Amino acid sequence: MANMTDTLAILLILTNFRLLGSSRLWSCIQTVAIQAVLLGLLPLLTNPELTLRVGMILAGMTFIKAVVLPWLVRRSAREVQVKREIEPMVGFTVSLLVGVGLLAVGVAASRRMALPSQLSSPLLVAVAVFTILTGLFLIVARKKAITQVLGYLVMENGIYSFGMAYAVQEPFLVEMGILLDVWAAVFVMGIAIHHIHSAYDHIDTDRLSALKE
Amino acid sequence: MIWLLLTVPFIAGLAALALENNRVRRGLLLSAAAVHGGLVIEAWRHPISLQVSGWLGLDEASLLFLGITSALFLAAAVSATGTLRMEEASRQAQGHVSAPSNAHERIFTACLLLFLASMTLVVVSRHLGLLWVAVEATTLASAPLIYHHRHKRSLEAAWKYLLICSVGIALALLGNFFLAVSTSVGTGQQIPLNLDDLMAGAAGLDPAWLKAAFLLLLIGYGTKMGLAPMHTWLPDAHSEAPPVVSALLSGALLNCAFLGIMRVQSVLTAAGLGEFGRQQLVLFGLLSMAIAAVFLLTQTDYKRMLAYSSVEHMGVLALGAGLGGVGSLGAALHALNHSMAKAALFLTAGNILTVARTKEMGSVRGLLSTAPVAASMWFAGILAVVGSPPFGLFTSELIILKAAVDGGRWWVAAGYLTALSVAFVAMIWAVVKMVFGEPSLPAAVTPPDRWQAILMYLGPAVLLSGVLLTGLYLPGPLYSLLQSAAGLLGGR
Repeated sequence: MANMTDTLAILLILTNFRLLGSSRLWSCIQTVAIQAVLLGLLPLLTNPELTLRVGMILAGMTFIKAVVLPWLVRRSAREVQVKREIEPMVGFTVSLLVGVGLLAVGVAASRRMALPSQLSSPLLVAVAVFTILTGLFLIVARKKAITQVLGYLVMENGIYSFGMAYAVQEPFLVEMGILLDVWAAVFVMGIAIHHIHSAYDHIDTDRLSALKE
Repeated sequence: MIWLLLTVPFIAGLAALALENNRVRRGLLLSAAAVHGGLVIEAWRHPISLQVSGWLGLDEASLLFLGITSALFLAAAVSATGTLRMEEASRQAQGHVSAPSNAHERIFTACLLLFLASMTLVVVSRHLGLLWVAVEATTLASAPLIYHHRHKRSLEAAWKYLLICSVGIALALLGNFFLAVSTSVGTGQQIPLNLDDLMAGAAGLDPAWLKAAFLLLLIGYGTKMGLAPMHTWLPDAHSEAPPVVSALLSGALLNCAFLGIMRVQSVLTAAGLGEFGRQQLVLFGLLSMAIAAVFLLTQTDYKRMLAYSSVEHMGVLALGAGLGGVGSLGAALHALNHSMAKAALFLTAGNILTVARTKEMGSVRGLLSTAPVAASMWFAGILAVVGSPPFGLFTSELIILKAAVDGGRWWVAAGYLTALSVAFVAMIWAVVKMVFGEPSLPAAVTPPDRWQAILMYLGPAVLLSGVLLTGLYLPGPLYSLLQSAAGLLGGR
């Protein structure tokens, strides 16, 4: 079991690097979806004794994260006709190097904290922290509104993986909250993107600078 | 009782979405606000209904913040009715009563009511997970409000607001997870994230995870509260939103986020780590005050100036709570005073905006002769908010200063006084130029009809007299409420 969990953790790390290094929006969206599927598999390994109820909720969550959200983002990307992130704030090679640093931070952080016994793999905490930091970095380092939404989703995935790694039984409401959060946020952000597009004819947030101090 | 408080605005919000008739919808907004206010008064008078159990509950701290929220909402609803009425009149004058703008008004009213429902939920939730969901709901309900006017600048503000607050709220969620981990590391037994259970089992929480959880929650909710350096969305959102919305954002929403932080702080205190939390609060408080004071010096837009002043006062709140003891009492009183004063100012700023049609301070001169009522309220409000006697903010700021001096923390006291005086000079200087002197505007602005005038001036006038009252005399029941609220906020 622990072996499989580690494999999943490593796959998650790879998805993050793909997100950091890829300029094509399409493959980024796809990667976020893959990440969600991997996260959906995670509780099957960490918690062998799943009840039906938990299983249903997990399946629903994975469906939304892996199918519905990417579809929404893809649709708005098509509407505003964005294919790739052409001029990021931070170049893609540098982004990859930053990613290595973030991974190191994640590992270091996971070593410093005393872990509860439920955690089957200490690697998972490191991956969770790494994913959160990757999401934050994407939000800061990319210009397009859509890529920033993707970064936000990645960050959510990281937080979610921490929750999964830790426990699925207890804080039900909190997990429902994640669902609401992700869904509603992207829904509203999608609308916002649409309006930015119609108001400005582009969706570069760095050119939203009328309010610069 | 609590259920009624939540469902009345919620159902009214849904109904507002469905209603076609503008007049009926405005009536609904006003009556929902009034019913909510009545329920809060009822809860205040019958503490028997204050029983705290399970997921929802009203303790004294909830009651204080609920009262502030409800009163502000009532004032804002009156002003909103006036604004909507005027907007409709100007649409009709221009000859197009178009369907989309009607739909805008419908969404606006509905979101206002849902915003009230979500803020109420923040205040009454006793479960940290539920609290988090409620804070997220406030963001979603208020983002369309900021974007009501649908021009580029308000779009940019709404985008920043959504993105920055969503990131903050995501970090707060991680904080909640850390908190859940901290309960089970030591004992292996998970404690539910219920405030009462957490306080009872606080001794068994793992300190390292608890500290990390507090930091994440402080940053997450601090983003929402507008503490520097996470405040960057605030000046934009508060200056670009319609004045009614700015009043609610500044006066009610920031307080709700503050309450969220203080709930976590109370758990920290119960676990014996109160000192750690208080240090962070003092640090963020002083930083917010310093940054806001610097930016206040350079503002040219009067609504932005008010927004930075909100950042400053949130710093005062954090500092007061961080000093603890009598400082917590000061913070509770200050939250009340600041909410009333700032909401009155934003509503007045809206009135000035309708007369002057610009937010540039440089183009507004001699307001006293063109719009005497708005100008005098503006001047009084600014005097209140910079903390000059006899207004309530003077008292509460003095109490917080006393807390710093009593604790022998001279550097904190010095920083606090410096920031306050810089803000004082900056705001008074800017406002004196606006109010006095040669009028820059044509005096022949058509006076609004009597109903319109009442709708415009009633809310801010009542709020301003409230600040004046708390400065002159604190009624006994209010004082005891403040004291027990301060106790709950971690002031022992």
